[in-house]
Amino acid sequence: MKRLTSGGRIDRAKPLSIEFDSKSLPGFQGDTLSSALLAGGKSLVGRSFKYHRPRGIYSAGAEEPNALVHLRQGNRHEPNARATMTEAFDGLVATSQNAWPNLQFDIGAVNNWLSPFFSAGFYYKTFIGPFKHSTKFWMMCETVIRKAAGMGRATYLQDPDSYEKRNAFCDVLVIGGGISGLSAALAAGRAGAQVMLIEQDFKLGGAALSDAVGGEGDTWIATVHRELMEMQNVRILTRTTVFGAYDGDTYGLVERVSDHILAPENHQVRQRYWVVHAKRSILATGAIERPLVFGGNDKPGVMLAGAARTYANRFAVLAGETIVVTTNNDSAYIVAADLALAGAMVTLVEMRASVAQDIMDSATDAGVTLHLGHGVLQALGRKCVTGAVIVPIDMKGRATGPKKTLPCDLIATSGGWAPAVHLWSQLYKKPVYITSGTCFVPAPLETHTMQPAGTANAASSLAEVIEQGCSRGAEAAQAADCTSSGGDIPKSFSTGAFWQSNISPLWAVFDAEGKFPDKAFVDFQHDVKVSDIDQAHLEGYVSVEHLKRYTTTGMGSDQGKLSSVNALARMADLRDVAIPDVGTTTFRPPYTPIAMGSVVGHEHGRHFRPTRLSPIHHWHLENGAKMTQAGAWLRSWYYPKGNEDLRSAYIREARHVREHVGIVDVSTLGKIAVQGPDAAEFLNRMYVNGWKTLNIGRLRYGVMLREDGFVMDDGATARLGEHDYFMSTTTANAAKVLAFSEHLLQTSWKNLRVHVTTITDQWAAFAIAGPKARDLLSKVSGADLSNDALPNNHFTQATVGEVNVRIHRMSYSGELAYEVYVPSGFGRYVWEALYASGAEFDLRPYGSEAMGALRIEKGHVAGPELEGRTTMKDLGLEGFASSKKPFVGSVLRKRPVLEDPERPTLVGLEIGGGIAAKAGSLLFPETGETNGHGDGWVSSTTYSPALGRNIAMCFLKNGQARMGETVRVINFVGNEELAAKVVSHHFFDPEGKRQNG
Amino acid sequence: MIRIDCPICGLRDETEFTYGADANVRRPAMDEAEMQPWLDYVFFRDNPRGWHREYWHHVQGCRQWLVVERNTLTHEIRSCDLAREVAA
Repeated sequence: MKRLTSGGRIDRAKPLSIEFDSKSLPGFQGDTLSSALLAGGKSLVGRSFKYHRPRGIYSAGAEEPNALVHLRQGNRHEPNARATMTEAFDGLVATSQNAWPNLQFDIGAVNNWLSPFFSAGFYYKTFIGPFKHSTKFWMMCETVIRKAAGMGRATYLQDPDSYEKRNAFCDVLVIGGGISGLSAALAAGRAGAQVMLIEQDFKLGGAALSDAVGGEGDTWIATVHRELMEMQNVRILTRTTVFGAYDGDTYGLVERVSDHILAPENHQVRQRYWVVHAKRSILATGAIERPLVFGGNDKPGVMLAGAARTYANRFAVLAGETIVVTTNNDSAYIVAADLALAGAMVTLVEMRASVAQDIMDSATDAGVTLHLGHGVLQALGRKCVTGAVIVPIDMKGRATGPKKTLPCDLIATSGGWAPAVHLWSQLYKKPVYITSGTCFVPAPLETHTMQPAGTANAASSLAEVIEQGCSRGAEAAQAADCTSSGGDIPKSFSTGAFWQSNISPLWAVFDAEGKFPDKAFVDFQHDVKVSDIDQAHLEGYVSVEHLKRYTTTGMGSDQGKLSSVNALARMADLRDVAIPDVGTTTFRPPYTPIAMGSVVGHEHGRHFRPTRLSPIHHWHLENGAKMTQAGAWLRSWYYPKGNEDLRSAYIREARHVREHVGIVDVSTLGKIAVQGPDAAEFLNRMYVNGWKTLNIGRLRYGVMLREDGFVMDDGATARLGEHDYFMSTTTANAAKVLAFSEHLLQTSWKNLRVHVTTITDQWAAFAIAGPKARDLLSKVSGADLSNDALPNNHFTQATVGEVNVRIHRMSYSGELAYEVYVPSGFGRYVWEALYASGAEFDLRPYGSEAMGALRIEKGHVAGPELEGRTTMKDLGLEGFASSKKPFVGSVLRKRPVLEDPERPTLVGLEIGGGIAAKAGSLLFPETGETNGHGDGWVSSTTYSPALGRNIAMCFLKNGQARMGETVRVINFVGNEELAAKVVSHHFFDPEGKRQNG
Repeated sequence: MIRIDCPICGLRDETEFTYGADANVRRPAMDEAEMQPWLDYVFFRDNPRGWHREYWHHVQGCRQWLVVERNTLTHEIRSCDLAREVAA
């Protein structure tokens, strides 16, 4: 192999420094990594997945199964990159993968010798033992297998680049910038449609780029490109792949913005993910050549015929100097001719018995030696091809005569072409088989919004390619009401013959006994041989879906681009049916692999989801608070003094609340405005308790059930006016309660005159709790907050400074407590006013940890108790339920299974010893077996500052009847066992004297 | 990407909505005291292959509940109405 001295679409004035496995490669601007590898004489570029067989470059496109390499180093290192799709750039560093210690001498090759044990489905049949320790044996083998598995190695370093996501809308999305795509874009653009033309390569032209430089094709492309560039309504994206076609005429694209340079420049992104909504699309994706199958057909030095021509004409690289081209169709003749013209000795091994004279002449006139009615039986050589064994064959591909060995360094195969129907199949599933092209094409249906054009539709001449492109483009534009046009259809030009005319269905060559003399591969990337397909058939896995999954054919990152038709053909032969009767599997996005980063865009780390901040957030930070996440919110967790840790801080804060006064920010709680003449009726239906008697100026605690009778949420609702209620929910359930309310009001309760509106962000809320709470608030607001003026469950309007606020009297901590509601814009102002006035009363802030400890001491239920598996009865809250009116869940809560007296009920635990119980620990009687789920579980746990001991709230079978009993508290995950005494969960001030004063 | 034609907001991506499941179920009257109608309403659903009438909630838009006819095989959307405007 060598670089030709002239020709090619490369810029010889711009040499590039490229390295592969630490060796420098002679590359130029316009090369790909694969063309540079071939120019540098590298035939061995990888080791196969399972057998670690030596592999070389098989193609020049996205279908490449062998030349998978590590690209770049350090934090931009990426595995499994196709060398054929890697645009060469200065400073490109690549290394081989899946070989140790190196490509030449790979220890993994032992797998090749052990290959009989690694046939299809081997892992379903091994490591299954009815013997003792069989699971342990598998786990031991698994650690070894895991190290050997996979192909490339990824980096654990942080990706330094940024990615972005963009939305776009167009009338016509043209997928593919080859001749048919350019024609379609031209027609649609001339008609005035908004067009996006997308091409995965860095150059437009598609298959025409494989014609010799300076031909009619180049002129054609340049002319059309120029006209397209002048249209304001046409956007062209190169280096962009349409990887997915989705419902709703949506397409996913990845634009490789900076992949072709060493690092992104000018703060540019590395890649851009486009979500495109297109009214219509044109599938102008071309066709992918189909391999021929024979013994040793995976060796370095065997490649697709079209690829050999592409390397010669586009990249000025001769991939071999003594070449055997073998084919079952006419398209390989221009390959043979061009390679001979480039200086190679070419022999064409034609599998058909007869070929049109003019086709034969096109090769023989260029000096190609032709053998009709022969096939390549075997490729010879170890780490590269040294010869081809050819035989005369019959109509089935079976050898009918003596073997002859042709020395060669390249075998270029053409088994026909397969239209790239993948994106079409993602949308419309099954393509149809046409015997005229021995290939699958999109099933034609006018109502489809994606229409194929060109060789993607098995067009059989360039004129047809252009005509289809123009027609589909014009039709697509018309569907978007764009019909102005003008301009002639660009003329066709001469290029090689297409594959359809007189193609033979032959795809494999075997000896007179019907055997392959060496491993014959169908799926190169997954090392699936013809014999694996035969084995699948033998074992009964004959449907196409079983064939795929049992052999793993088509399941590599190339998604069967080269293997699917041949695999179907073999199964069809074995089952003695036609290929279409075997069926096809569905292609899935992405068409080619995409980086995770591209679809993540900027949505990672802190940008994975929004962070919700309280209006007081910055005050907390400024005053030393450690924050914690509560859903999307940040809440202050504790305010450490000096070098206090969490435990010291919250104990101090909680004690301070009970002894003096504390202030905690509860702005995150859900708040919903419930307004309208039927508001009370609505509340009556939503909550288990009654609301018709709630007067203005009063508030009431409520419990809400789900439709299936389990407790959903709790909170207090205040009546602000005749038709105006202020509902609060837990932080976690705010959105759920609102959505549920809206659903009922808009579907089943349409006649209720009620509006519900979220006002969570509109109100800041603070709880002020402790013996001095009344004194503090009276002073700062001037309001009468005496026990007579504002008893429990009442609220009043007041002012703090110049701001109108509401003061609700309600206690979560069990202390004398109030909640102050402030319009959120004034939140910090009021907080700071309270804080300043509070100095006199030794007011201190407390966080969610202390708040949690306080409420657990009182035995109040919260999220860990209301986790969706508990009923009112379990929680001991049944007394709240009204017997006078129905409410959501009122009937289903009475299901016998929910009334089962064996259900665990809420009680408390005094933990023995100095270790706190872990939430989720299971409860068991003091003695006996500890199997299964035991008698219950721990829901909330804390070290109680007020009681000086570890306590917990828990659910325990027959809890009420077991007061004083000792139970075991077992954390199986952490391997910990504690003993605890069952007590009431109202640990501290059970009569509520402190909060009622 | 399913796109839903919200009667208030226009054609929007599905990501703006929350799925609300079967819209053919009828909630029993509040005073229904029998258990079975509630069991049917909460737990039992048909699972049609093909056209399905279902709720979607436009949470990132107008917050209206919509009744949408979607084909469970093809994700084609046939109609989209405000829940408050169609039969309960």
